[in-house]
Amino acid sequence: MSASASGDGIQARFKLAYSDFTLDVDLNLPGRGVTALFGQSGSGKTTLLRLIAGLEQTPDGHLAIKGDIWQAGNTFLPTHCRPLGYVFQEASLFPHLSARGNLEYGMKRCRDPLDRAALEHVVELLGIGRLLERRPHQLSGGERQRVGIARALAVKPSLLLMDEPLAALDLARKAEILPYLEKLHDGLDIPVLYVSHAPDEVARLADHIVVMEAGRAVASGPLTDTLARLDLPIKLGEDAGVVLDAVVAARDEAWHLAHMAFAGGRVWVRDAGLPLGRHARVRILARDVSLARAPVEGTSILNTLPAVVIDSVDDAHPALTLVKLQVGASPLLARLTRRSAHALELAPGQRVYAQIKAVALIG
Amino acid sequence: MSDADWLALATTLRLSAVTTLVLLVLGTPLAWWLACSKRRWSVAVEAVVALPLVLPPTVLGFYMLVALGPNGPIGGTLESLGLHHLAFTFSGLVLASTLYSLPFMVQPLKDAFAAVGGRMTEVAATLRANPWDRFFSVVVPLSRRGFLTAITLSFAHTVGEFGVVLMVGGNIPGETRVLSIAIYDHAEAMDYASAHVLAGGLLAASFLLLVTVYFLNRRYHVVHA
Repeated sequence: MSASASGDGIQARFKLAYSDFTLDVDLNLPGRGVTALFGQSGSGKTTLLRLIAGLEQTPDGHLAIKGDIWQAGNTFLPTHCRPLGYVFQEASLFPHLSARGNLEYGMKRCRDPLDRAALEHVVELLGIGRLLERRPHQLSGGERQRVGIARALAVKPSLLLMDEPLAALDLARKAEILPYLEKLHDGLDIPVLYVSHAPDEVARLADHIVVMEAGRAVASGPLTDTLARLDLPIKLGEDAGVVLDAVVAARDEAWHLAHMAFAGGRVWVRDAGLPLGRHARVRILARDVSLARAPVEGTSILNTLPAVVIDSVDDAHPALTLVKLQVGASPLLARLTRRSAHALELAPGQRVYAQIKAVALIG
Repeated sequence: MSDADWLALATTLRLSAVTTLVLLVLGTPLAWWLACSKRRWSVAVEAVVALPLVLPPTVLGFYMLVALGPNGPIGGTLESLGLHHLAFTFSGLVLASTLYSLPFMVQPLKDAFAAVGGRMTEVAATLRANPWDRFFSVVVPLSRRGFLTAITLSFAHTVGEFGVVLMVGGNIPGETRVLSIAIYDHAEAMDYASAHVLAGGLLAASFLLLVTVYFLNRRYHVVHA
């Protein structure tokens, strides 16, 4: 847990017992950036979000947002008195109001809503300017969700809660909204709690991650460190891998490649047209990393990085092992067969060369 | 139509209008409570509300007569306060009709409230709306069809009641003599021509009312689909 218990973060402590489900969490989350609440369905992530919103109640919970007490002892701030914004999973626009009416619903009831200029900025950011006079049933699923996000921002919340805002959309609609969410991520200075079970969304959007399992938070920390923990990736299966913050250091126009520099090394990725100096994330899946004792000649693989073995652990399948490496200041995961690991005589501290077959640039 | 029949028509409309208004004020919170309540015994309340659907009107009318009369719990209390009891009065009739038509107001409203559901009120809560505000700005507009149905059915059902009126109200012109009683009187007196006018008029009016409601409901439905 990275955030201290000081007044600028989020402290959430809840215990809840239903007949078939118990939730027991005690979290310290950062007061800015996107925190993903990640887990399978039924892991309690949505329940946790609803407890934070006050839509669900549990008697001895404790919730403080940047020093403001929302719940403690006998104090329970009802939902409508909490300065939050909430984006629901599926279409939740009021059907009897236009898109504009939906935006204004919260603003009229809010002491300090967004001013005209800021609202226009949000409307422009989400690309809903020409949809404002339409009724919800005249909007597509993706458009409805964008209006829903704008509506949540229009009340100028000090905490934004998003409950799988993309889950009810098909792939094309997801691809339509994700860039807007990334722009929000860069432009917002309020904390966002983002519930998701999709690793690719988390990799793109989150700065901090809480991994939920059976009503408990089994891990909580900065995204890069947490994804590189050896005890968690096993649960991620094929999606195990690291996400690194990088910057465009060079571009090879002739071969349409960009050289991305991260703390500890550089990797070539397909050029997505980003200008030099632009910050972006790269994602390297464990299954795309292989190891060699010496640099390999005559290979099609572009990215080979010197690395040090930190540790290894048995993977879910008995044939596989998961190896944690250190490349400069950055972690890397490699998924190998145990036979290969045995043949290479891998041990902590050993120097190897990590061959990376694929690197994804994720915005 | 004779003057007496016109008077009976006026009494009927007055009774139905007042009853529907009273039902709207009392039935709306009751329906909301029934739609939201998770308590076991709310089922019993729901059954009590539905009783008039299955009881013979004379049973309800009989108990109301006893309760409202000079020696009953309601009528007696009024008498002891120096007021008049309610048997064979317009007020007594309103009270009895309210009970009798209660399910016609409460059931459609309850269904409508349940359909609007927790989700929309939760959304409104996250947008700073307090409980009263949520009810009037979200639940009521989204339940228009339910309100239209409930109001129409309550009104039409009160227009059409007979047994309860006979037991509680009697047959006092301008006070408790309603159309259904007038039709009964005409038939008893073998004046079928007058009975036909009133009965046919009531049939046509009721039919037109229901057609209008179902037409409007279907149109809302299409718009909101």
